[in-house]
Amino acid sequence: MGKPSDLVQGTLDLLILKTVALEPKHGWAIAKRIGQLSNDVLQVQQGSLYPALHRLEQQGWIRAKWAESETGREAKFYSLTAAGRKQLDAETANWKRLSDAVNLVVETA
Amino acid sequence: MRWVEQLRMRLQMLLHRGRESQRLLAELEFHVEQQTAENIAAGMSPEEARYAALRAFGNPTLLRERARENWNWHMVESLLRDIRYGVRTLGRSPGFTLIAIIVLALGIGSTVALFTVVNSVLLKPLPLPEPDRVMAIHEADTIAKVDNNSVAGGTFESWRDGNKSFEKIAIATQMDVNLSASNGQLPERVQGVISTAEALPLLGVRPVYGRLFNATDDSYGANGTVLVSWGFWKRRFGGDPGAVGRTILLDAKPHTIIGVLPAWFTYPDQRVQLWTTVYFWAAPETMHSHDSHNFAVIGRLKQGVSAAAAQADLSSISLSERKLHPDGPVFNAASVRPLLESETRDVKTVLYALFAATGCLLLIACLNIANLLVARAATRRRELAIRTALGGSRGRLIREQLVEALLLSFAGTALGLLLAQGALMWLVHLRSDLPRVDAIHLDLYAILFSVGLAVICGVVAGLAPALIEDEAQVVRALQESSRAVSGGHRSVHLRRALLSVEVALTVVLLVGAGLFLRSYQKLCETSIGVPTDHVLTMTLSLPDMSYRGPAKKVAFEETLIDRIRVLPGVRAVSVTTLLPGADNGEDDAITIHEDPPLKQGDWLDASVRFVDPGYFESMKLPILKGRSFSPDERLGHNKYAIVSESFVREIMHGRQPLGKHVDDANNNQPGEKGEASNEIIGVVGNVREVPGETGRPTVYFPLYGGLHGYVQLAVHTEGDPLQMAIPVQKTVAALDSNLPVSDVLSYDQLIGKNNVSESFDATLLSIFAVLSLVLAAVGLFGVLSYIVAQRTGEIGVRIALGAQREQVLRLMLVDGMKPALFGLVLGLIGSIATTRLIQSLLYGTKALDPVVFATVAAALLAVAGLACLVPAWRASRLDPMQALRTE
Repeated sequence: MGKPSDLVQGTLDLLILKTVALEPKHGWAIAKRIGQLSNDVLQVQQGSLYPALHRLEQQGWIRAKWAESETGREAKFYSLTAAGRKQLDAETANWKRLSDAVNLVVETA
Repeated sequence: MRWVEQLRMRLQMLLHRGRESQRLLAELEFHVEQQTAENIAAGMSPEEARYAALRAFGNPTLLRERARENWNWHMVESLLRDIRYGVRTLGRSPGFTLIAIIVLALGIGSTVALFTVVNSVLLKPLPLPEPDRVMAIHEADTIAKVDNNSVAGGTFESWRDGNKSFEKIAIATQMDVNLSASNGQLPERVQGVISTAEALPLLGVRPVYGRLFNATDDSYGANGTVLVSWGFWKRRFGGDPGAVGRTILLDAKPHTIIGVLPAWFTYPDQRVQLWTTVYFWAAPETMHSHDSHNFAVIGRLKQGVSAAAAQADLSSISLSERKLHPDGPVFNAASVRPLLESETRDVKTVLYALFAATGCLLLIACLNIANLLVARAATRRRELAIRTALGGSRGRLIREQLVEALLLSFAGTALGLLLAQGALMWLVHLRSDLPRVDAIHLDLYAILFSVGLAVICGVVAGLAPALIEDEAQVVRALQESSRAVSGGHRSVHLRRALLSVEVALTVVLLVGAGLFLRSYQKLCETSIGVPTDHVLTMTLSLPDMSYRGPAKKVAFEETLIDRIRVLPGVRAVSVTTLLPGADNGEDDAITIHEDPPLKQGDWLDASVRFVDPGYFESMKLPILKGRSFSPDERLGHNKYAIVSESFVREIMHGRQPLGKHVDDANNNQPGEKGEASNEIIGVVGNVREVPGETGRPTVYFPLYGGLHGYVQLAVHTEGDPLQMAIPVQKTVAALDSNLPVSDVLSYDQLIGKNNVSESFDATLLSIFAVLSLVLAAVGLFGVLSYIVAQRTGEIGVRIALGAQREQVLRLMLVDGMKPALFGLVLGLIGSIATTRLIQSLLYGTKALDPVVFATVAAALLAVAGLACLVPAWRASRLDPMQALRTE
């Protein structure tokens, strides 16, 4: 297995939004979850994760809350806002369109 | 509802920034803990687990920074931080900071001051509705090459009635009038405007109280009417609306106040106190004459008509008038210029020249700061290198230097604005003769301009040092051991180049200042033709109403002379219509009776002065031929004339003047028909009407002919002339307490008033030039000191190996003088190219005056040499042991 592939530019936001859509999660859990779901293909580096989380928060897509974590320590949990949910739908649709298009090209050419 | 969420975030990030920082730390720490826990679960020892987690995590500081960059207000935050750093860095070297701020303040202050003057005087539109359409109209002549002559009354009437280009065209001429004492207030001499009724509507003025002039007011034999300025109304009537309808005496004639003009209306300038009507004031002959040029004329163009078209229109009218009146000074064309341009044409060149000089000064100041910053950057190379190695991006470092330079330039601007305010107050005080001087204020434009300057200066000064350091060099700085202090050749090269430019600009300024100074010196050296020390001068005007007819005037003038002459401390008194050196005054078309008639279209022009019988003796104006007037050549027996040497030379072509006759149609006795033929009885020396021009042909007539009530007195005193002002004024008041006396000055002051602009220009330019010379010297000194410090080791080795101290001295001197010499040559070339532009402002001085150029070159070399000598001498005194040990 080669190096974990870099995330396609702009898809990290989509992954984060999707991951926190079900329930509030803290940063570490988000990274873990993305890794698990993608069978460790997608490795989110801390260096991109936290800036992205903060950016999404500032933009009002996600909201942070401090709560007790499973280990009993205070952690910052991110959850989706109403606006974030709409954004998630929009980005998902966008991604579908894009990946379908790419697939089409790759498979027919 | 996304905006609610965003607003909430914004407020939170603004108000709880400290808490958020804490939380960010905690969040990242939590991540590391989770990772550690996972590692332990995977079987590592706790310590090992934590290290692995930290390793995986990367640079926590960098990560924190990256996360923060996404926060709201991040730009503001980082800007504030840069400013804080900048202030701290600058605070560590207060000497440098202070010098830099002062240097910039001088440059920016003077530039802003001159910008304000240029903007207020030359650029800002006149405070009138649609000022672009308001024109100043003069008579012009294609043969005599005149293009801004006053307009004759008759020509004005032909223009008014015949033109197709102007909505309105009007006379508005300034004049001084005597205002008589009233309601316990003193008599005074006030500036007024005589105008036709259309003038004020043309300018777009409506009265605050009362009404403007109508055609009836503006006619012969009407009742006198006057409109007063807002300031006059406040001052003399305490702002009482009841002033309208009252009567005041102007030159002893009753005038009814028909209205008050608005406060904003200050045309032609703030000093004008009242407006009255021209047809009421002027004699009918004057208003119909085509060769007696007395009036200033303005016009408002019809919509869509250009000044050039209007000029062609009026010129064709003038040309047909000229054909109707082939004799005498009747001009054949007109000149139409925008009013603003016409009012400011005399000062335009000099103001732009001074503005350019301040621009040079500012550029020099800016280069100097850049130079100092380059030096600082060089000494901070290691700090910068280390910071780069630790992950500081090049952009950030450049930004910091930029912020530092901008801090300096903004501080300099703040101080500079104070300086500019002071300079403007000084300038307005000194140059009250400038057109529109009352419009000069530090306004919003000036502030914006200074902010712009601050930004430009900051960027120029800040980027120069930033650009000499590239990434590779920074790395090399780290690799180099501390021995290799002589790195940074690029910075030395850059500094030398900056210096050369600085020196070149300084040379241009010095040459300009030198030329102005020399021109001023020439101007002051030229005598006006009579001695001016120990003379008191003043102006009187006898109003026609109370001094009707020649006899009354002569009686007053004679009594006054007799009374003043016997005052203790007075040696003699001279009375004339206009003193030499005071101004250009009346000139008339004259003919020599005995000569054949002139070719059609030609005329002879001479200045005309009226003098008392003792005038030539008391003024010490030499009588070259013939005799002076005798006291009985007066009233009906006054047909005599004395002419100047230049009159004989230029008008009579050197022929014998005595016994010939001069005709001057403008100086007939009332009721006299035909031309007055005056016998020439003497020839006197030439005088200059204003300093700096040649002695014009002049003809003198006896004052005791009684034609003139407007006279200037010259009282020749034994001691300080100004000490005699009060006794002389008291003597005047004893004769007529209603008669105001104006312009009470020593003769030197009176002439100095005419030189004020030249003296001012020379002073100002010299200040700029000296400042820039000092700046250039400081720059040279700084650069060479820096080079010496850098080469300490090398010089130590040289001396240790047997180099003579003189050799070292010479080596270092040459090193320092090179940029100075290069700059000097560049500057001299630049001066040759630019001084042509100010030739028109120079008197008796060539734009390429070799003395000035040589002096400037010598002075610059001397100053540069001195500035280089100190560091060079220090280098030659180096103790080699010491120098090598510091390696």
